[in-house]
Amino acid sequence: MPAVERPLIYANLRKPGYTVDIDCYLRNGGYEALKKAVALKPDEVCKEVELSGLRGRGGAGFPTGMKWKFLDRKSGKPAYLVVNADESEPGTYKDRQIIYKDPHQMLEGIAITAWAIQAKQAFIYIRGEFVHGAKILERAIAEAKAKGFLGQNILGSGYSCEVVIHRGGGCYVCGEETGLIESLEGKRGYPRIKPPYFPAVLGLYNCPTIVNNAETMAQVKHVLAFGGAEFAKIGIPGDSGTHIWGVSGLVKRPGLYEIEAGKATFGELLYDLCGGPLDGRTIKAIIPGGSSTKILKVGERFKGKLANGTEFDWALEDIPLDSNSIAACGTGLGTGGTIVIDDSVEMIQALSNLNAFYAHETCGQCTPCREGSLWLSRVSKRITTGGGMETDVPLLLDIANQVAGRTICAHGEAVAWPVQSAVPKFKDEYLESIRKRQKGEAVPTLKLI
Amino acid sequence: MHESPSSSAPARALKPETLTQAPAIIAQYPQKRSATMPLLHLVQEDRGYITQDDMTWVAELVGVTPMQVLEVVTFYPMYRQSPIGRRHVRVCRTLSCALRGSYALMENLEQSLNCKRGETSPDGDFTLEFVECIADCGCGPVVHVDASMHENVKPEDAGKFAAQLKATLKDPSYGLNPPVPGTPEWNG
Repeated sequence: MPAVERPLIYANLRKPGYTVDIDCYLRNGGYEALKKAVALKPDEVCKEVELSGLRGRGGAGFPTGMKWKFLDRKSGKPAYLVVNADESEPGTYKDRQIIYKDPHQMLEGIAITAWAIQAKQAFIYIRGEFVHGAKILERAIAEAKAKGFLGQNILGSGYSCEVVIHRGGGCYVCGEETGLIESLEGKRGYPRIKPPYFPAVLGLYNCPTIVNNAETMAQVKHVLAFGGAEFAKIGIPGDSGTHIWGVSGLVKRPGLYEIEAGKATFGELLYDLCGGPLDGRTIKAIIPGGSSTKILKVGERFKGKLANGTEFDWALEDIPLDSNSIAACGTGLGTGGTIVIDDSVEMIQALSNLNAFYAHETCGQCTPCREGSLWLSRVSKRITTGGGMETDVPLLLDIANQVAGRTICAHGEAVAWPVQSAVPKFKDEYLESIRKRQKGEAVPTLKLI
Repeated sequence: MHESPSSSAPARALKPETLTQAPAIIAQYPQKRSATMPLLHLVQEDRGYITQDDMTWVAELVGVTPMQVLEVVTFYPMYRQSPIGRRHVRVCRTLSCALRGSYALMENLEQSLNCKRGETSPDGDFTLEFVECIADCGCGPVVHVDASMHENVKPEDAGKFAAQLKATLKDPSYGLNPPVPGTPEWNG
């Protein structure tokens, strides 16, 4: 049976004639979930979210309800909610849709979350490049305040919460939650070390802070609309709700596909929904969940045992689209931003492109990441364009191994993982590229670096 | 970066409306220093870049040293300390767009806009840059011009696209309004 979409987050924004104003949102059932939420005690809202099994949509997939539980409520300091709308992971473009086309859905989730954690104030940290997105959200906030959904005395509950839009400055590392907090405090976005700076304890202004992804906020709205137990029935046990797959690169129909967790496979996503490879080409590899997730090669076999004891033996096309199955194959669902690479590309070109990205985006705070990312970029570039040596292939791995696990934030892993996962799988092809350049054979026409 | 001739001229004063907006921006935050980035965006939207005097102004408003504002300006790629062309053309370089031809697009735009990447055209009309992922990966190659995204700009259409951009120079409303169906930045 071909895969089908189940739009939940994108249900409204895909309707013809759907607009960003609050009247349109209200006509489509808007802010009803917030009414349900404020009729409950904040703790009861937290319980619903915990019961729903919702996992964060920012890439790490941490259970949202559990994150909220970690909030330090004993310190007596005010709590803050920070929404991460700094969508910057290469291959990821799902939050932009919500912000530009259905901003109130996200704001409703923010109001519910702020109530649940009794936040003193909420901030939306949005990409600096989303100039219009920020304006759309500002207008939506003003509309919501005028109707009593945000601001003073929300829906007569006595609870007040202002939401502030904060535009970033085009910096990838500010998508890391502690880097984002530093940036929100008006500093360079240097990530903080954990411990002690776990945001739930020492976050914004050293106060307890919950940092949640923009789409997670939209999902929270649906958790309250369905009720936690009903929401948990969408998807599969351990991964509830829908995942938005943003497919890009070399397929016939790149685009955003919202699928119930675990209810389709990579094969169905790539070949049915996206129409398969371009004419005359073959898909060679995919990066499943944003550029920092480990690469999967077409033709590999994935064998092992799931947490529930089920044994599996899959080809790439068989992998179910849920976070546990994908993690069992040695990579991650991440943000669902799948980048597709076909046989017109030499794999070292793709790696070079990503290495250049990480070298550009390292904040420079930790030596292994600052130096390692630059060297990875230089070495992979010379393999691609000429001047590479056979010893460069193990050198790439050696450098990556000295970065991962040795930095303050996960940017170190983001630098290392593409290399650490790709070198063992594509070593022979890299060596072939080196030999081709040595013989004077040109780089493929599609330039990636 | 290629400096346009006006960079040696003394910077004009900030507009009165820029000055009057500052207190409300600062008041949104529990701590004044948080207003550093929005104030820098405000300044840059006013005159196109940020001067040392601007940094001193922001520093005084938020209660830090000018050096602490300079640290911010130099960390974030979006802030500039020198003027750029009338249109800021940013082509996405990262993998999803590159797989759809953004390198060839860049080469063609260098020809059509008469300037190299990282530089401003001699007539001061365009500054052309490669940037990293701008979150519109399914519509690659994408080009971010001032505040607007242009999607699916194929390398072979670079000439046509450049002509479109040249026409926008005469359109004072270009990029001022948020996208609606049928306009750039909508498919995303």
